[in-house]
Amino acid sequence: MEKALKRYWPIFILPTLAAFAIGFIYPFAQGLYLSFCQFRTIDKVKWVGFDNYVKAFTWDPQPLTDSMKFTVAFALVSIVLINLGGFVLALALTRGVKGTNIFRTLFFMPNLIGGIVLGYIWNVLINGFLSLIGKPLIELNPTAGFWGLVVLMCWQQMGYMMIIYIAGLQSVPEELIEAAKIDGATKWITLIKVKVPMVMSSITICVFLTLSNSFKLFDQNLALTRGEPGDQTAMMALNIYNTFYGRSGQVWKGLGQAKAVIFCIIVVVLSLAQLLTTRKREVQQ
Amino acid sequence: MKKRFLAVTLVGAMAATALAGCGSDNKTTDNTSAQKKAESGDKKKGSVYYLNFKPEAEDAWQALAKAYTEETGIEVKVHTAASGTYETTLESEMNKDEAPTLFQVNGPVGLANWADKCADLSETDVYKNLTSEDYGLKKDDKVLGIAYVIESYGIITNKKLLQEAGHSVDEINSFDTLKSVVEDITAKKAAGEVKFSAFTSAGMDGSSDWRFKTHLANLPIYFEYQEDGIDSTEAIKGTYLDNYRQIWDLYINNATAEGKDLSAKTGTDAENEFLNGEAVFFQNGSWEYTALSAKIADDDMTMIPIYVGAGDEAKQGLCTGTENFWCVNQDASDDDVAATLDFMNWCVTSEKGTKAMAEDMGFTIPFKNAVESKNVFVKQDVANTEAGLKPVSWNFTTMPSEKWKDGVGTALTAYAADPSDANWDAVKTAFVDGWASEYKLANADA
Repeated sequence: MEKALKRYWPIFILPTLAAFAIGFIYPFAQGLYLSFCQFRTIDKVKWVGFDNYVKAFTWDPQPLTDSMKFTVAFALVSIVLINLGGFVLALALTRGVKGTNIFRTLFFMPNLIGGIVLGYIWNVLINGFLSLIGKPLIELNPTAGFWGLVVLMCWQQMGYMMIIYIAGLQSVPEELIEAAKIDGATKWITLIKVKVPMVMSSITICVFLTLSNSFKLFDQNLALTRGEPGDQTAMMALNIYNTFYGRSGQVWKGLGQAKAVIFCIIVVVLSLAQLLTTRKREVQQ
Repeated sequence: MKKRFLAVTLVGAMAATALAGCGSDNKTTDNTSAQKKAESGDKKKGSVYYLNFKPEAEDAWQALAKAYTEETGIEVKVHTAASGTYETTLESEMNKDEAPTLFQVNGPVGLANWADKCADLSETDVYKNLTSEDYGLKKDDKVLGIAYVIESYGIITNKKLLQEAGHSVDEINSFDTLKSVVEDITAKKAAGEVKFSAFTSAGMDGSSDWRFKTHLANLPIYFEYQEDGIDSTEAIKGTYLDNYRQIWDLYINNATAEGKDLSAKTGTDAENEFLNGEAVFFQNGSWEYTALSAKIADDDMTMIPIYVGAGDEAKQGLCTGTENFWCVNQDASDDDVAATLDFMNWCVTSEKGTKAMAEDMGFTIPFKNAVESKNVFVKQDVANTEAGLKPVSWNFTTMPSEKWKDGVGTALTAYAADPSDANWDAVKTAFVDGWASEYKLANADA
């Protein structure tokens, strides 16, 4: 049996490989190819080499670098807030208080609502608030747009991260905590020296998720601010979308595609770097 | 050995997919005119896929398509793009195997993007049925688009409310008279004598901002073109921007909503305010008739020109024109092209088709067999023209890009929230400098 497996395994992986090729490798290769072309519909394309990439940095009226600043600032703030919040919630909901399950469900629920709907609801809420305190509405107010996005994402994602942290915290062996107690460690010391190292793998996952989520954020951005005013609150994904669809004409599609490839490389590099550094701190049980 | 097998499999898979990615579809398009295709498709087995631009006419189009299928057995699929997303939808639909056979462009600027997809319609019946050849959209001696609806916009007025406020439409024949009536209504509202405002909210949400960044912006462009004797430009001067400011001030200062809240107001908000009698004036077009006539009697509504205090106001009519040109996808199969041309012709010549377009959709169609529309705004336009008023043409089809409109829209919204001179300068910059830079970008294909 084992011998047969060894010999025929390529046949067994073929279905998955085929699905992967059709669903991922093919579109990716196509996208890469299109980033070197000018086109409007993909049945008529014109090869232009690296022209699109050069244009993306020198000629583009909505440079990716502008929205990169906004995206990086947003990512930093939201990674810290979402993970801190999620972790604190997880700590609070692993103490065996009554109603824990109800709270866990409630905190998780925002995650089930689609991004566009969320963005719209928060747009109405935040505008109502801004109107009450007499400040310009979110479409005219980049600061409100930024913090609105942060609040929205925290509200949506904290519950999700909380679930992962809860799973991590519950798998910390009871003996370790007891041993720490006997050694005279305070609750704070136990948390920092025992629990946090033990849940490092959860932290890796959560930071990785929030990082890539923040960078790839699109729906919420579109529905909450549409990038208004100007393109000041447009994150990278929305910037690419605007390049692709904002103007008609051959030149924009390829340019948008090139920006998407650049964007993809940035996200991959960041995620890899982040994964490597956090991995080092994980503790083997 | 095994490793090599894996490597070969993977490389094979990669190569196959990569090659498939590169293999562009080299479908050659023959240069035969659409009419030839029509002749060859007598068996009538093609089908029609119409990508409709007008959400307000969605139901009527679906019904008409169904009626056509029942009558002829030819399948007609109508898909409507959501408001403001036509170009995006069209682009993605065109990438599909079942691409639209019938779509539309908004004028010369829109056509530039799609000209290589449009069949020459000069020999078709539907083109020959136009009341004037001017309604064909031409490029290089080819007719690539056919206008299928003529529309008007202006300030829709609730005559009943205007009377309650002690005024009548006959008083209003210039910007100054409009202004005095409007400001009188605002004063009366402040004093509690009337319960309604002069204008509906000038919402700058995406569902409503086109009324101002596109339609209202047409007026300063129109007067500048008239003065300079041109019909398009690569650099606008903004000669009449002060007039634009005057009318915009009037809209935002005498409305149901405060200027700072306008960015969140939608098109539906304004429509409901007008329907509920909360405002006398509502800047919109003849396409609103179906929605408004459900609640307001024909005799109580009319449409007056948008006076901005420029040109010969005594002779100014409604803004009348079209941004709806039908185009036929020449890359569709011959049968489909033939079926599409038949369908178009049926819509504008048959009894059912013309009736549906006039009554259900409220359109005035520029075809010989057209049924007279019940639309009061359309009738108003006809009456105006008969009385010697000169319609304001639609020059917004020459605006360089959607981005230009967005830029003007954002600046207008900021100005509405805080009407300072500095903010108006931002509008001017977006209007004048934005035009030049966007024109360059829009024509950057090279």
